[in-house]
Amino acid sequence: MFILIVGIGRVGSSVARTMLQEGHTVSCLDEDPESHARLEIGLDKPWEDLGGRYTVGTGLEIEALTEAGIERADAFVAATDGDNTNLVIAQIAKRRFEVPIVIARILDPYRAEWYESQGVHTICPTRVAIDMLNSEVREAAGKAGEG
Amino acid sequence: MGEGTYVIVVGAGKVGWNLARELLDKGNEVTLLENDRDRFATVEQELEHNVQYGDASELWVLERAGISRADMVIAVTGDDEDNVLICQVAKEKYLCERTIARVNNPRNKQWFELLGVKPVVSATDLILRLIEHEVPEYGLVHLLDLPEQRLEIIEMLLPDDSKAAGVRVGDLEMPDGSLLISVLREGRGFVPGPETVLEPGDEILAVLDPTVEEDLTAYFGPDGASSDGG
Repeated sequence: MFILIVGIGRVGSSVARTMLQEGHTVSCLDEDPESHARLEIGLDKPWEDLGGRYTVGTGLEIEALTEAGIERADAFVAATDGDNTNLVIAQIAKRRFEVPIVIARILDPYRAEWYESQGVHTICPTRVAIDMLNSEVREAAGKAGEG
Repeated sequence: MGEGTYVIVVGAGKVGWNLARELLDKGNEVTLLENDRDRFATVEQELEHNVQYGDASELWVLERAGISRADMVIAVTGDDEDNVLICQVAKEKYLCERTIARVNNPRNKQWFELLGVKPVVSATDLILRLIEHEVPEYGLVHLLDLPEQRLEIIEMLLPDDSKAAGVRVGDLEMPDGSLLISVLREGRGFVPGPETVLEPGDEILAVLDPTVEEDLTAYFGPDGASSDGG
């Protein structure tokens, strides 16, 4: 599968490495050239030597998206540090370039939920953290109650 | 606009603040939203309860501002992503029928259209339009653009060596899909008849299909330039 990931921070770089190691074609797009170093954490060879692609630019620029290969992408991951950027570029990938699989990382649970209902697939780390904390606290409280 | 109209303005920069003030002066109900603490404090001294602190990208901030009863949402922050999403949410989630969004970078205009957010206002485009109008040598001025209807009205100054100068309107061979609608000569406008002879310095108004714009400008342009119209 050809996977395009926009936003190569902690999340994006980690997903990129894992997908590359699992045999997919991975193309990365980030406006900060320094993010390339983050991609290579823990790798024994340069990213490009392992078959990875890397482009400098933003997800709002058609030229950058095209250079990164969006026209042949099977999956698009919006993982920048901004919810608004992720929501806009995910919709660009879906509507303009008709990428079959589009996933956006959204920190704000309420908007993640609403956009999900509108057909933009969202992953909300905040929601995951809330659920885990709830269950941990609930469990602890249950034990305390018993004791 | 007027009595009873409720408008939410997002972004209390120069545009938003002045807009909110003008709308209030005209008797509208207005809530201005600003997510920078210092800016909010400054604006609040003048607008008092008409300005609220918060990030309008967050749904609860819009809800607290009463978006469900808003007649219009105007997003004029300095961030295009914020503006487009605030209007998209206002329209699609809260069913606010009228939105106006500011486009800071004209290259992002296409994304506003893609997400169904219109109309948009771009200061860069407005100034470019004014430059075209103020400097007629610039060639042609778009007076009206209806891209979806595939129609536009343009104004064009005939150069001294225009191929169409000295030609009877009845003998013009304009590209298919274009029509001459009036002529401005020495400050006076009139609807030309078949006997009207075009002169250099005339400004012509034409209605046309945007796809034939290049053929049309070549036809009325300087002699020697390439032309499909003959």
